[in-house]
Amino acid sequence: MSAVEKSYQMDDVTVPVLRGIDIDIRPALFTVVLGPSGSGKTTLLNLLGCLDRPDKGSVVVSGTDVGRLNDDDLSDFRRENIGFVFQSFNLIPVLTTFENIEYPLILAGMDKARRERRVKRLLEAVGLEERANNRPGQLSGGQRQRVAIARALARKPKIVIADEPTANLDSQTGQAIIALMRWMQLNFKISFIFSSHDHGLIKAADDLIVLRDGAIQSIRRKGDPSAPTAPAASSADTAAEHTWGAGGPDTDFAFLHEPTVVLTK
Amino acid sequence: MMTLSLATRNLLRNRRRSLATILALAIGATAVLLFGGYSADIRYTLLTDYVQTGGHLRIQHKDFLLFGNGNPTAYGVAGYDKIIKSIRDDPELRGRVRIVSPMLQFGGLAGNYAAGVSRPVLGLGYESKDVAAMRQWNEFGVAPIYGPYSLLGASDDSAVVGVGVARVLLLCESLAVKNCPKPQALAVQGKDGKALPADIADLATSEPAAPLAGPAATGKPKIELLATQPRGTPNVASLTVIAAEDQGYKELDEVTVKLQLSQAQRLVYGRSDPRATALMVQLERTSDIPAVSARLRALLDQALPGNALDVLDFERINPFYGETIALFATIFGFIFVLIGGIVLFTVSNTMMAAVMERTNEIGTIRAVGLRQGGVRKLFVTEGFLLGCVGAVLGVACALFLSALVNSLDLSWLPPGSSSPLPLTVRVYGEVGMIVGTTVGLIVVATLSAWLPSWRAAKLSIVDALRHA
Repeated sequence: MSAVEKSYQMDDVTVPVLRGIDIDIRPALFTVVLGPSGSGKTTLLNLLGCLDRPDKGSVVVSGTDVGRLNDDDLSDFRRENIGFVFQSFNLIPVLTTFENIEYPLILAGMDKARRERRVKRLLEAVGLEERANNRPGQLSGGQRQRVAIARALARKPKIVIADEPTANLDSQTGQAIIALMRWMQLNFKISFIFSSHDHGLIKAADDLIVLRDGAIQSIRRKGDPSAPTAPAASSADTAAEHTWGAGGPDTDFAFLHEPTVVLTK
Repeated sequence: MMTLSLATRNLLRNRRRSLATILALAIGATAVLLFGGYSADIRYTLLTDYVQTGGHLRIQHKDFLLFGNGNPTAYGVAGYDKIIKSIRDDPELRGRVRIVSPMLQFGGLAGNYAAGVSRPVLGLGYESKDVAAMRQWNEFGVAPIYGPYSLLGASDDSAVVGVGVARVLLLCESLAVKNCPKPQALAVQGKDGKALPADIADLATSEPAAPLAGPAATGKPKIELLATQPRGTPNVASLTVIAAEDQGYKELDEVTVKLQLSQAQRLVYGRSDPRATALMVQLERTSDIPAVSARLRALLDQALPGNALDVLDFERINPFYGETIALFATIFGFIFVLIGGIVLFTVSNTMMAAVMERTNEIGTIRAVGLRQGGVRKLFVTEGFLLGCVGAVLGVACALFLSALVNSLDLSWLPPGSSSPLPLTVRVYGEVGMIVGTTVGLIVVATLSAWLPSWRAAKLSIVDALRHA
């Protein structure tokens, strides 16, 4: 983000939310945006997630200046590059667990056989194979968030934006969700960008961005970007060589058969 | 496929609201179809009536409708046998033309001189066997309009009169006509025009009355029919009235005297060459009118070069038909527009409520990567599905209700008509009307969803996601 400014109109009053944000998010890490309520965390995440456009400045995601894209191109860009995990899970209530995860793949025009293979592996990864045919209303909060994570990862995005992903979960479930996301991040080299007040998440973060009154107060980076501080490498690290969409055979999450993270259902 | 599935599930999500919308659509479709079925039946009944009595087409002098009634000699068709033969022999018309029959129409004066009454009438001379055969035509399967033709097989001097003629000529009693009022006894007056004293009046009324109509040897009353021959000389035929029949329309019922064609020709043309005022052409199928009409014109030009004949279809001869159809079409259009408007607001309201309810969800699917067009497609599909289900349900309801109404044997009296007609609602088999109404309502329902869908697509993703 370069010299980004954003304000909102409330009746006749223009309320500045972000002022002159310059920031470089390091790839394939856990980045947590911190700040008091009203500091502009969600707005920052909306801009990084290409859900909104800055009033001034530019947002470059994976080399693309997203401010120059029209609405359709921006939709396509989001679909191909960015996954979202929302505080309220935001699953589509009329679709089953399987279909919720499948939905972005249908939008991308993937053929049915590949879709089914990928969704099954994601369901295994988040430990919800047996809930494939349940609708969101039949799932617990933790299960819903795991479905949301699986949906966010379905298109193998470069970035996952998660706005307070553990806020509606109890601490134990929240820890499991953090562990799952960390495991996904390590395995698939995804940039996870959170806004959160969750201590567990802050402790797990590689980079911390502290916002106050719409400006960056501080940025704290943990270690060397090439060797991020992370939980111990798992047996799945052998598969970490697979990078998202980096050519070669489509893995379709083949290496997720034996997830190393124990999830609390 | 996903859009269709998602749209269906979204509609099932709020079942009560979807059901209310579908019912509004179904009731609208039912109303449109029932009225359409009713007007379709009127159209077919009128058409069948005109075609059974006068054929699809008529060949007559081009000015006959303007002047012919008063001068059937000048405006008659001479040598009509030759024309009939050429029509029957024409390979292009064979299989299309069912009956070609001459008719003679003239103005005259009918009198029951025994009763001292007379009235101007419209004389109609027909070939009985042709008229009887024409009454068998029923392309659209309407309820029977006429019974057997009374003059079929009757003697040459027989006549059938309208009930109105029978009433005025005081023939009702001798013809045993039902519901035919008798004239009230006139006040007995003296020669000076003053009322007679009561005792003398009683004496006068106690005298046996003279018979109202002179009965023929058969027991049927006789009338005299006066007509004008060529060069203005009057001619009279004495006719035996064998029946009084309702002519369908009051105006016709008051003036019609039907007789055998040969008798009419003797009355009008005397010893001159007999003519016909028109040739009635009845077709197998109504849809053949344009083709047969064109062929007849060519045939006439070929057989009788420089002729003054014209080929008129039944709509030109009976303008009431076109006016009635136009009236019903206007009412039908008005009802459709009215119901279309109701459907438009109902579906639009339903979809608008759906957009409000699902704002957060719209933000989510947009975030996941659905384009604005995809959102529009989703909501328009929901409107389309509501339209489909509502219209199909409406068709089913209309079919059921029309069958119910038809089974009740109801009747109604059309304006200007002298006898009631069966009340039939013709929905089954009216493929064009059913498809038109169904497609029309589906299109209206789909268009109704357009504005809400457009609003949904234009929602700011950030605002939509913030929506609780």
